Amino acid sequence: MKFIKRLLLTGIKKSPWLLHFDCGSCNGCDIETLAVLTPVYDAERFGVINVGNPKHADIFLVTGTVNRKNQEILNNLYLQIPEPKVILAVGTCALSGGIFAEAPNVIGGVDKIIPVDIYIPGCPPKPEAILEGVLKSVELLEDKVKNGKI
Amino acid sequence: MPMFLKLFLFLLSPFAIGVILGIDRKLTAYLQSRIGPPIFQPFYDLFKLLGKESKTSDYWLSFCAYVYLCGAITCAFLFFLQADLLLIFFVQAVGSIFLVLGAFSVSSPFSQIGGQRELFQIIAYEPLLIAVIVGIYLVTGSFEISSIYKLNYPLLAKLPLLFLILTFALTIKLRKSPFDISASHHAHQEIVRGVFTEYSGSYLAIVELAHWFELVFILGLISLFWANSFFMSTILVFLTYFLEIIVDNITSRLTWRFMLKNAWSVGIILALINLIWLYKG
Repeated sequence: MKFIKRLLLTGIKKSPWLLHFDCGSCNGCDIETLAVLTPVYDAERFGVINVGNPKHADIFLVTGTVNRKNQEILNNLYLQIPEPKVILAVGTCALSGGIFAEAPNVIGGVDKIIPVDIYIPGCPPKPEAILEGVLKSVELLEDKVKNGKI
Repeated sequence: MPMFLKLFLFLLSPFAIGVILGIDRKLTAYLQSRIGPPIFQPFYDLFKLLGKESKTSDYWLSFCAYVYLCGAITCAFLFFLQADLLLIFFVQAVGSIFLVLGAFSVSSPFSQIGGQRELFQIIAYEPLLIAVIVGIYLVTGSFEISSIYKLNYPLLAKLPLLFLILTFALTIKLRKSPFDISASHHAHQEIVRGVFTEYSGSYLAIVELAHWFELVFILGLISLFWANSFFMSTILVFLTYFLEIIVDNITSRLTWRFMLKNAWSVGIILALINLIWLYKG
């Protein structure tokens, strides 16, 4: 039993699959996020794969503000990701709404709708910062497995 | 070969496939000037998926995943027992059909499109595999795998064109470019993940494991083409797989029409040439 638990722990540590959702961002943060997957930063050496399917994802990476139109989509995607999962908010807009916070259609940061585990500030954040956030979320995933959240 | 050795090799085979797939990802990364994941990455993915919560929207989906795994394991096991090639082929066909049935049992459009494309892939490679098996029968006079091991010359000398066709079928079965139409990693907007879209958590792990056992069968079929020397058959398998990786990296995804047209016209003509040559010669 202990051996199986250790295998699962190694698995979750070495294979975090990432779902990237553009929640009404200006594309600045998205370009920086996709730069993490290019040969220069190569997130795949940590086992990170950019999956397009919430049902296969472990890390939910959200960029941009939440507005009244896309809050349901955000919530749906959140509910479809199987446990254990970690939610990453990337960029000033995803943190607080940024310069769009006062707009009538904008609700605010991602944490108004779903619980966020890791915040990465910046407009846009550097790819290094995003990569660090992803690696931090791997540690969080490991903690969740250790505390029996599976 | 003694029985326990066959059993041992059978148990070892999924690990070998995992390592081969890991080397595949490493080499692909190297060709794209990246560092790439560790060689044991496929195993990490599998363990992680086994530990995750499964969100399935239909109980048929879980049933089909199990049947697919059973079919693939039986097929690989029969191969190591050196049983009848036709029987192995039909067991493999049942398994892969159940993968499609699982994808059809949910109403997600991505899963449905993936399932339909997977059916087209099955239609494309099955006549080719049958042609290869018929070719082997014409050489050895038997459908038993054990009769191939009794030959004192490699099958490749008699069936060069059928070997080409088998590599064609391998590309389709591996779902690699240019035939990665049913379940591509890269076509997010188009099909999300095709047939695998609705399989999640441990069921995705089961489907993945079943795919490994199917690869055992196809790569085993390739190793039969130089069966009289263990060393040469290993070289042949690795060389073919290496060529597969190169082809995967230099081609782009094409439509199912292209696949079906080429698999049937080029494949069946080449197969007929080889079969007639065998029959007359």
